[in-house]
Amino acid sequence: MQAREIAAALHAEPLHIWNEHLLTKDYTAAFATDLMSDALAMIQTSPEDTVLITGLCNSQVLRTAEMLDIELIIFVRGKMLGEEAMEIAREMGFNIYRTDYTMYTACGILYSLGLRGING
Amino acid sequence: MASLLHKEYEVVRDDYSRAGKVSSDIKRTLSAVGISPAVLRRIAVASYESEINMIIHAWGGKIMLDVMEDGTIQIVFKDPGPGIADLEKALTPGWSTASEKARNMGFGAGMGLPNIKRVSDEFDIQSSEAGTTLTLGFREKT
Repeated sequence: MQAREIAAALHAEPLHIWNEHLLTKDYTAAFATDLMSDALAMIQTSPEDTVLITGLCNSQVLRTAEMLDIELIIFVRGKMLGEEAMEIAREMGFNIYRTDYTMYTACGILYSLGLRGING
Repeated sequence: MASLLHKEYEVVRDDYSRAGKVSSDIKRTLSAVGISPAVLRRIAVASYESEINMIIHAWGGKIMLDVMEDGTIQIVFKDPGPGIADLEKALTPGWSTASEKARNMGFGAGMGLPNIKRVSDEFDIQSSEAGTTLTLGFREKT
């Protein structure tokens, strides 16, 4: 599922677009969590093709994505990154969106459109 | 064996705002010397989890990175205490003593040390009340 399709399905607002070419890239899986330890432990295959969906809104989400080579982050529940975290985001290679949907609803929408979890 | 590249970093206790900066620099440093993306990712994950552990659980400490002449990468995380009371439990997935503040930052799931061990080719941990030394080794798979 392309990044721009994911954003449209979630009525998501872009917070930072690093690479417009990635908007038409196909992402094959999504992983949703507020625990970055779980993301670091469980996203083991093709993280660059995996969307990180989270309600945690701080610089550690960005650091976690950086370590894993994740390119696309969706913040749920209308969360907004603080200015300090946005500065970090601008230095890194992410496309970042936020949606007003809760995590449960956002995941349900994307799953119904064919975007599966990391284990299928 | 001689080290071709050596870097040292200081980590400050409870300095959550800078958490991950060392691991970010380690990842960029090793990328610049040509470490493959797959190995780089394992190193970054292990380094980041270990750096977070130093900030959350230890009284800060020092991180030392070495690229050896045979291509292996060694990272040592050395803190001055207070030590890990029960190392066996600390290596059990899901077991955690993290503070509420650490959990609010997205950590403390009890997956740190088990995950570090999983992604490392060499893993050694020594801990006492005088401090903990975690030594990790990585190499390209042949």
